[in-house]
Amino acid sequence: MIKQKVRVKSFKINDITVTGRSDQTLLEVAKEHNIFIPTLCYLEGLSCVGSCRLCLVEIKGAHELVPACTSKIKEDMEVITTSEKIDSHRKMILSMIFSERSHTCSVCEANGDCELQNKSVELQLDHSLVPYIDSRFAIDASHKNFVHDPNRCILCSRCVRVCSEIEGANAINIAGRGINSQIIHDMDDPWIDSQSCTSCGKCVYVCPTGALYEKEISKEDVITKREIIHNLLKSRAENE
Amino acid sequence: MITSLLELEELANCKRCDEESVIEELRVCIGSSCLSRGADEIEKDLKTAIEDKGLQTRCRVKGVGCSGLCANGTLVSHYKNATKENILYEDITLDDVDALAISIEQEKPYSLKVCDTNQPFFTKQTKIVLENAGIIDPNDIEDYIAHGGYATLFHVLHEMMPVDVINEVKISGLRGRGGGGFPTGQKWESVYKVQSEQKYIVCNGDEGDPGAFMDRALMEADPHKVIEGMIIAGFACEATKGYIYVRAEYPIAVEKLNHAIKQARKLGILGNQIAHSGFDFDIEVRLGGGAFVCGEATALIASIEGNRGNPRQKPPHLSDYGLWGEPTVLNNVETLANIPSILKNGGEWFKNIGTPTSTGTKIFALTGHIKNTGLVEVPMGITLRELIYEIGGGTSDGKPLKAIQTGGPSGGCIPTQFLDLTIDYDSLKSVGTIMGSGGMIVIDESSNMVELAHFFMDFCKSESCGKCVPCRVGTTQLTHLLEKFIAKEATQADFELLKELSSVVKGTSLCGLGQTAPNPVLSTIRYFESEYLEGIKND
Repeated sequence: MIKQKVRVKSFKINDITVTGRSDQTLLEVAKEHNIFIPTLCYLEGLSCVGSCRLCLVEIKGAHELVPACTSKIKEDMEVITTSEKIDSHRKMILSMIFSERSHTCSVCEANGDCELQNKSVELQLDHSLVPYIDSRFAIDASHKNFVHDPNRCILCSRCVRVCSEIEGANAINIAGRGINSQIIHDMDDPWIDSQSCTSCGKCVYVCPTGALYEKEISKEDVITKREIIHNLLKSRAENE
Repeated sequence: MITSLLELEELANCKRCDEESVIEELRVCIGSSCLSRGADEIEKDLKTAIEDKGLQTRCRVKGVGCSGLCANGTLVSHYKNATKENILYEDITLDDVDALAISIEQEKPYSLKVCDTNQPFFTKQTKIVLENAGIIDPNDIEDYIAHGGYATLFHVLHEMMPVDVINEVKISGLRGRGGGGFPTGQKWESVYKVQSEQKYIVCNGDEGDPGAFMDRALMEADPHKVIEGMIIAGFACEATKGYIYVRAEYPIAVEKLNHAIKQARKLGILGNQIAHSGFDFDIEVRLGGGAFVCGEATALIASIEGNRGNPRQKPPHLSDYGLWGEPTVLNNVETLANIPSILKNGGEWFKNIGTPTSTGTKIFALTGHIKNTGLVEVPMGITLRELIYEIGGGTSDGKPLKAIQTGGPSGGCIPTQFLDLTIDYDSLKSVGTIMGSGGMIVIDESSNMVELAHFFMDFCKSESCGKCVPCRVGTTQLTHLLEKFIAKEATQADFELLKELSSVVKGTSLCGLGQTAPNPVLSTIRYFESEYLEGIKND
């Protein structure tokens, strides 16, 4: 493995000159400079996987779009975070996420407190661009505190990462392929039977939608608990 | 243990003497295609028949790798040592065994099943990679050595420096045969330049395109060539460990490779201090679990590491961060099998074959509506017309040709107006398809192009790993849309959506699978738009 020295790099985002450390990603530097790039699978403190593709940006001279969350900054690069093409691609991707499973907000636990819902407002997605794919999954409500509803899942893998990287339990993973992919506990056991789950609830509080939620809890407590987990992730990231 | 070139030559000579004592050889093709027609039984029965006639001292029966003309299997060739004459028999079944044995006894050709080797299928080929296929016994390392095998490796280890090897490969202009066409010398150089205590050479044998079987045939017919190429790659990049990643659906290739590795270790050609040169290199075979996406570099690496075969975003590239985080070279089977010949004959020699930008030869698997289904190795720059009509013998039912699909699910189709196109990486790109790994599916008038596009999209849909949204949802959406066109229930809006979704999936997917999945759709729209329009219902 090669270790490179950290240097300061300056480059342009949307024609604004910015600076950052060479070990920083585009997304981090953009955030520091209050330049908005939409994200869904990204969560500060977890590893970046670039799977939701919402943070795609254009780098001048490169022939394909790159996700800002995994791209390291380079001297003199010119980044464009918004254009007609990028915006329409993002909208289409977001619409694809909505079409994949059942995201009926009115009957969802996360209604009003959902990152996916917020994203549709941010990106002004006011109608569906693609037909709905009618797939149904069984809900796992076996756990005494938590519920897993795969029909609300967007497969961002935040829960998988937080369980592995922060809790160290590795109780959650993804099974199946493609459109049939699903979050599972242990060897696809009911949640309550999971031997490795510590019932810490971290997965629940990093879930951007209503796919994982806690039973019988008030909205205020949800928000508090989420803030606690997010702050924990941030402080872990800073200490590294 | 062989410690020097001299000893290797001695072994080769010894084996050759042994060969000379045998006057004739019956070489039964035991490649996967002939095997499925019972080649193993034929080989066994032929052996018995020859022994029954007491001819075993004169004529030896041996199993060899693919001779190419799979359509007419089982193939048996009769080789006479004295005259170097080779008679090829086609369509041999168990019923022919006795007659064949009698013809050997009477020293007359078995005229009923003689295959004409003067037809363009044989004469227009240039065999470099497949030079030993159909000739040597893949289970016998000595046979490979007797045919000049490993001599190049010994020469490289004793006489050359890694930089020289890389230079020679750079001069040759060899480009990756897996599909991308990245210059191999440049790839090696980037790994050579990285300072690291551990580096890896990985051979990609996860051939998954529907209709492609070049790498399988190569691994089955001449596993030592791949191994020799890998050891040289290891020497050039200063790597000491290699992995061959083969899909588990290729059990014969796996068996042959494992056997070959064992034999090579025994002779000291793999292991510590190869040929007393101070260079260590060993190879392990890893099996894929049947996921197409594992042919994608980063997913393949994840799979070897024992993880779920998901790709990851590049950069970092494998040359910086590959297998277990170490610098890694990933080459296709055919690329590596080219290496021994390049270093034996020199880069300049290789450069003179093919076209200036795409040098050397390429193996193609001819399938679909074509007469001579099988495996051919031709110089780059050959025209499609020569490949389809001369070598391939034209369409199978004599129906007019419609198009040729190259590059499998990542490629596109070429309509007949481009029949005189010379085949190389760049010319194929210019008509909207790719070289890919070498699968060539011939399509006649009876096929519907929307159904073809649907077949490949459905394939990508079920092979998508599901990590990124555009590929996971996009391929599903596209499959559903294409179904509407096939049912003739699509609307004009569906057609617009089909085009837009294709461009989004292509432009935003994480790995090569998703980025190229819409290609068959885009290319059939480009050349056969009318067939899509036929799928739109009139309101």
